[in-house]
Amino acid sequence: MTGSGATAPYLRIERLTKLFGNFAALKDISLEIFPGEFVCFLGPSGCGKTTLLRAIAGLDIQTSGRIFQGGKEVSNLPSSQRDFGIVFQSYALFPNLTVSANVGYGLVSRGMARVEIETRVNDLLRLVGLPESGRKYPAQLSGGQQQRVALARALALSPGMLLLDEPLSALDARVRAHLRVEIRRLHQRLAITTIMVTHDQEEALTMADRIVVMNHGVIEQVGTPTEVYRRPASAFVADFVGTTNFLPAIVAGPGHVRFGAINLACDLDVQFGPGKDVTLAIRPEDVVVRNIAPSTPNTFTARVAEIEFLGSFCRVGLAVNGGDPALLADFSINAVRDLGIAEGKEMPIALPPDRLRVFPRQSSLP
Amino acid sequence: MTATALPTPAVAPAARARIDRDDLLMRIGICVLIAWLIVTMALPLWTLLSKSFQNQHGEFIGLANYIRYFSTPALFQSVWNSLYVAITSTVIVLPLAFVYAYALTRSCMPLKGLFQALALIPILAPSLLPAISLIYLFGNQGFLKDLLLGGSIYGAGGIIVSQVFYCFPVALMILVAALSTADARLYEAADALGASKTRVFFTVTLPGAKYGVISAGFVVFTLVITDFGIAKVIGGRFNVLATDIYKQVIGQQNFEMGAVVGMILLIPAVVAFAADRIIQRRQVALLSARAVPLLPKPDTRRDTALFVLCAVIGGLIFGILAMSAWASVIMRWPYNLSLTLKNYAFGDFDTNGWDAYWNSVLMAAWTAVIGTVIVFAGAWLLEKSRGFAVGRGVAQLLAMLPMAVPGLVLGLAYIFFFNAKWNPLGFLYATLAILVINSVTHFYTVSHLTATTALKQMDPEFEAVSASLKVSLWRTFARVSVPVCLPAILDITIYLFVNAMTTVSAVIFLYSTDTKLASVTIVNMDEAGFTAAAAAMAMTIVATSAAVKIGHVLLTHRLERTTQAWRRR
Repeated sequence: MTGSGATAPYLRIERLTKLFGNFAALKDISLEIFPGEFVCFLGPSGCGKTTLLRAIAGLDIQTSGRIFQGGKEVSNLPSSQRDFGIVFQSYALFPNLTVSANVGYGLVSRGMARVEIETRVNDLLRLVGLPESGRKYPAQLSGGQQQRVALARALALSPGMLLLDEPLSALDARVRAHLRVEIRRLHQRLAITTIMVTHDQEEALTMADRIVVMNHGVIEQVGTPTEVYRRPASAFVADFVGTTNFLPAIVAGPGHVRFGAINLACDLDVQFGPGKDVTLAIRPEDVVVRNIAPSTPNTFTARVAEIEFLGSFCRVGLAVNGGDPALLADFSINAVRDLGIAEGKEMPIALPPDRLRVFPRQSSLP
Repeated sequence: MTATALPTPAVAPAARARIDRDDLLMRIGICVLIAWLIVTMALPLWTLLSKSFQNQHGEFIGLANYIRYFSTPALFQSVWNSLYVAITSTVIVLPLAFVYAYALTRSCMPLKGLFQALALIPILAPSLLPAISLIYLFGNQGFLKDLLLGGSIYGAGGIIVSQVFYCFPVALMILVAALSTADARLYEAADALGASKTRVFFTVTLPGAKYGVISAGFVVFTLVITDFGIAKVIGGRFNVLATDIYKQVIGQQNFEMGAVVGMILLIPAVVAFAADRIIQRRQVALLSARAVPLLPKPDTRRDTALFVLCAVIGGLIFGILAMSAWASVIMRWPYNLSLTLKNYAFGDFDTNGWDAYWNSVLMAAWTAVIGTVIVFAGAWLLEKSRGFAVGRGVAQLLAMLPMAVPGLVLGLAYIFFFNAKWNPLGFLYATLAILVINSVTHFYTVSHLTATTALKQMDPEFEAVSASLKVSLWRTFARVSVPVCLPAILDITIYLFVNAMTTVSAVIFLYSTDTKLASVTIVNMDEAGFTAAAAAMAMTIVATSAAVKIGHVLLTHRLERTTQAWRRR
């Protein structure tokens, strides 16, 4: 499903820039999306993800740059002449029309026969799991049900591309988790190229084939959920997706950095010369506490400063170099029990070199 | 990753949104709206302005007219008189309306619905009605005249009391709206912190309603300073700007001086309007989506006190209305108090007789229908079109301006504009059409704001969804926007009808013998000494407005039950 050299991209975005007055919401964005892919635009509010989606839809045309869809340039086309279905966070269901009329809204204008429309509407309602709700009005449905209707309506004209603008954000947690699975299943069934905008990393990680992480109008990283989580391309991505420890360090030599008094081996890019200030990043779950042998690299002693019980695991604040807790580590309940981890305990821990990411030091980082 | 070998240009090409047919038609629609507002408002006002710099032969004489105005104490005195009655009336109306609104929104006193309905009655009446009632009560033959201890009701006092009656419901509506939006959590927090009731009032209630009070103040001030009917009927020799215009134009046929007074009357109205706009812009939404609506708790002492106060105010309002009603069916005040309907035989007092009434109904109906179509379609175009920022900005500005233009000034401007030799629209002069156009323009802004508010409450993505479904905007307009906004559309229609029915100032210069209106007849009959007939005509207008309003309430109820079923869960 993911991009390979063999298939031509379905959607190709070329050097897109969008200015609102002096403010650049999108800065020279280029991106390719392949047929049948499920892509998430992920980022904090104001990062430009919705702006990019609206440019793709033709709702807010970009200031400069080009967009190709299905091999055809659509850069300057109004939305009515593009090929997409869209679902908004607010559902945007017509409140005075029944569910059936909402779903069939675009079909009526096509001049389809009544019976045909009825069949199509019923099929779509069955597809989204609401076969009985056709005669109801949107206000009589729950939020999750309304969003399914919006989904059915967006799919009615069998568009070439489905755009989802924070479709789950207005729903409560349980419904959201449920609908997440359903949308994913629907996508697999229809194999329609889908772009979803979200600020929820969990949503992006669970649903997307590829994630486009955005910040301040630029793309920070494009990759599969595993790539984005395991090998974040920037400190921003490491921080935004999941939880990450950031440790200030100085490059000591090739493949080595100094974190306080501790010498750590890591995978160091050649761009970092000796003496350079860097930031180390490591996920809490990557901190090793079991099976540490004298030969284990990057081993040092840490003191347990605080323990937060989170059900299936504990998040432990570790003090190193004799200071305040600087490092968060997630230990399984098993490990906590077996090793007798308690506040005040001093013990050896290890930071596996292949789990350490090194980024240039930026003052804005946590 | 790159699969296709499209050459990447060094500089990204600028995008130029191609507009589709719907966009184009909407832009044309906005241009038509701009043209309409320019012809019906901007150009007439421009003609008025240029007239004030001309002499009677149409030659430009610079500021000579203005210099004469300000050097004639008899004329200039009116400026102070107008400001005096406007400020005094505002200062009296605001606290009364605030307490009344507070009682309606924040107490548990009984009969709230009745009190609300009672207080809104003056809206249905022409402004002349309270003045006529006061004359019956305190005039030279008034049965309460002795209460004035030798003073006279004719003059500033009579004007102010009448204005208080006339402006009360307008101030009340604004303040009720301001006091209705309260967040209960703030009151709970204040209670939890042990604040006294007085302190809560001054630190929570009043700041929350601050903008409503300011807005009500400006609206009342403008209403009073621009009203013509009350000062005409009960002002006696106390001259105000509005009556001066009338005297200059109708009495002395001095159109140029009339134009000068018109321009001067425009100043306080525009200043008040601009100040209100600026202050309103500062207002941030006090009520977030998470706010918990405040439900007043019973408090016997407070509720009783407020009930008594409302009963007194409501009683006075009812009394003033009842006075005119009674006066209209009395044989000969104060000598023969037997009942009669002869005062309703308008033909005996005015050559137009009942025709004037039917003219009014016809004019109000046309204003309501044409006005609603123009206003709602216009607001929709401005709200839903994309791009074309300049055109939309201009149209928006033009739509807001009528509020700042007093009816009398607009009417005078229409005389100059539609009467001008060069104007191809001159054929409209002295027709019912010009009265309709004038009324639509005069009441444009409030209707426009009502429509805009309703449209803004709709999901902004409806049009985006329609575009993605390849449905034309017109279809979505007819199928969704209009049905969803139907209650607001009816509100606009009724607002236009009632105002067109009751207005005097907007039409006093524009009627012809064939198109004389009921409200104008009241002025004429009062001038001719037929006060009882004037009261009868005023009551006829009240009855008509009330009937339409009641019909509106019933229709809204029915609509809610039938076509608006989707609003219910």
